[in-house]
Amino acid sequence: MAGKDDDYDSVLKGSDNRVASFTTGRRSPVETVQHVLHSYPALVPLIVLVASLVVFGLLLGSKFFSPFALTLILQQVAIVGIVGAAQTLIILTAGIDLSVGAIMVLSSVVMGQFTFRYGLPPELAVICGLAVGAFCGFINGVLVAIVRLPPFIVTLGMWQIILATNFLYSSNETIRSQDIAAAAPILQFFGEKIRIGGAVFTYGVIGFVVLVAVLAYVLANTAWGRHVYAIGDDPEAAELSGIRVKRTLISVYVTAGLICAFAGWALIGRIGSVSPTAGQFANIESITAVVIGGISLFGGRGSILGMLFGALIVGVFSLGLRLIGTDPQWTYLLIGLLIISAVAVDQWIRKVSA
Amino acid sequence: MKTTLITSTLAGLALSAMSTAAMADAHATSACLITKTDTNPFFVKMKEGATAKAEELGITLKSYAGKIDGDSESQVAAIETCIADGAKGILITASDTKGIVPAVQQARDAGILVIALDTPLEPIDSADATFATDNFLAGELIGKWAAATLGDEAANAKIAMLDLAVSQPSVGVLRDQGFLTGFGIDVKDVSKWGDEDDARIVGNDVTAGNEEGGRTAMENLLTKDPEINVVYTINEPAAAGAYEALKAVGREGDVLIVSVDGGCPGVANVKDGVIGATSQQYPLLMASKGIEAIAAFAKDGTKPAPTEGKDFFDTGVALVTDKPADGVESIDTVKGKELCWG
Repeated sequence: MAGKDDDYDSVLKGSDNRVASFTTGRRSPVETVQHVLHSYPALVPLIVLVASLVVFGLLLGSKFFSPFALTLILQQVAIVGIVGAAQTLIILTAGIDLSVGAIMVLSSVVMGQFTFRYGLPPELAVICGLAVGAFCGFINGVLVAIVRLPPFIVTLGMWQIILATNFLYSSNETIRSQDIAAAAPILQFFGEKIRIGGAVFTYGVIGFVVLVAVLAYVLANTAWGRHVYAIGDDPEAAELSGIRVKRTLISVYVTAGLICAFAGWALIGRIGSVSPTAGQFANIESITAVVIGGISLFGGRGSILGMLFGALIVGVFSLGLRLIGTDPQWTYLLIGLLIISAVAVDQWIRKVSA
Repeated sequence: MKTTLITSTLAGLALSAMSTAAMADAHATSACLITKTDTNPFFVKMKEGATAKAEELGITLKSYAGKIDGDSESQVAAIETCIADGAKGILITASDTKGIVPAVQQARDAGILVIALDTPLEPIDSADATFATDNFLAGELIGKWAAATLGDEAANAKIAMLDLAVSQPSVGVLRDQGFLTGFGIDVKDVSKWGDEDDARIVGNDVTAGNEEGGRTAMENLLTKDPEINVVYTINEPAAAGAYEALKAVGREGDVLIVSVDGGCPGVANVKDGVIGATSQQYPLLMASKGIEAIAAFAKDGTKPAPTEGKDFFDTGVALVTDKPADGVESIDTVKGKELCWG
């Protein structure tokens, strides 16, 4: 019979008998903001972009707030933005790519030289250029995924190798815009433009926006896209859950290389000529756009739309400050502040999951 | 530093082995050419000039270059190698015009004639001589040409100034200030650009001396004032970029673009009417004159004298245009193409 000594349950009386649950609806306003930002990482750069547009619009009036000037900003950031799309993919896997600008320039040089030095049909030369870009990305990918070298080191090395190849191969010779227009206008395809009122959209700008839209869809809604995020978040966990990490990583680097080659093609449209000295700072500028766009350098978090806004913020500041007539150094100073603030905000948002 | 030491030690060892072989013709004069890079057409032409002249005069020429523009370490190592090699003279276009000075001094102490090509050292008398383009004059020529071409309209010109870099390196300042002087604008402080207050100047922007920078800078200034009708550019790639920006807004036909350099693509752009006029410089001449000076120094110790009234030897500059203007001497693009580099 159960005696008093066996009555173990009586102590439970009066203790909390609710079922375990998440605390909801009890966040402070700050926590709510933090949570929203965590769910929509592109929101911070979007707010900064709109705010800077408003401020410069008020300061400069119609000179800045005209269809011409606003679409000009798009044209000025298109190249860095396309390269930034490639950079976004790499950074989402917790990598970094310092060779993006070099791949872009080498690809554009290949497109030009294959046409003018070897007399290949320009369409074929463009395909060769795209292939060279993808191949450079493939080398990066193999070294990172199979040989397991840190992406920073791999791409630091490849940056030098590709640039040297570019200079050796091209003998630093520029192919003139007029020659290209006469013999191979397809190389300048992305310089073609559509005018709507005062607004000017080059094919390069349209290509940039379409590319970002496609990648945004792919990253959010396809298995491959989710794998990219998973690998950036935790490669071991991704491996254990059946993702082929190595293969996916290589595919990311190849895609990035291909996008850089596409940027090289768009670059010819923008500057008219094929110049081996172009794009020297594209790697740093693309990382800047990505970071200001709120994409975490630790991988696995952020939206490619953020990169688009990040690139536009840099463009708005550059043109706005030039129009006001300040010393160009102020642009760099403000962009530096933006980078540090962006990473600080990122760190703060990350705490939401802790 | 460590790398420099190792490289130079290795180079020294290799050279001491080689110099045994060189003893055979002990009387041969040897000279060194050290350029910023091996890839820039400007330096390729320079090397071509030096090699041809050295062959003609029976001088052994060894060429060195930095890996990239700004690679001063390799240039220091090259100077040390030349000292070890017992060279009679060194021709150098320095990447770091201040930082290279101690190494240059070391070479001069060893009795070597050091000539700076194209880029003066700081201070300029750190080298025995400097063979270079008069960049102020190069700017002045295109300024005069632009003013003469516009005629009375020069008083209402709207000028865009596409400069090199915000750090205002001397070559960019000299060309900019020369252009304004030639155009007839008060430059205030001649040692920097951007302090002018003449209403005809729409603004200054920087191009990094390439097409991309030229286009962006031109777009920025066009946004500031769409009626710009004169464009000064630091060099021809920047001019080509500016032209693309003007073409995009349909203004390419009614804007005067002037530039400096005289590279072959630039001269072709003058012929096609992209650039109105450009001031041509002569890297080949800098190098061949330099080799001649080393030969003279090896023979009887004479050092080259600077051009009268200047602190360097002026290798000349010519205005290239197919639309000559009154009172400004020029050569046409046919002649310019013969003399062009790159």
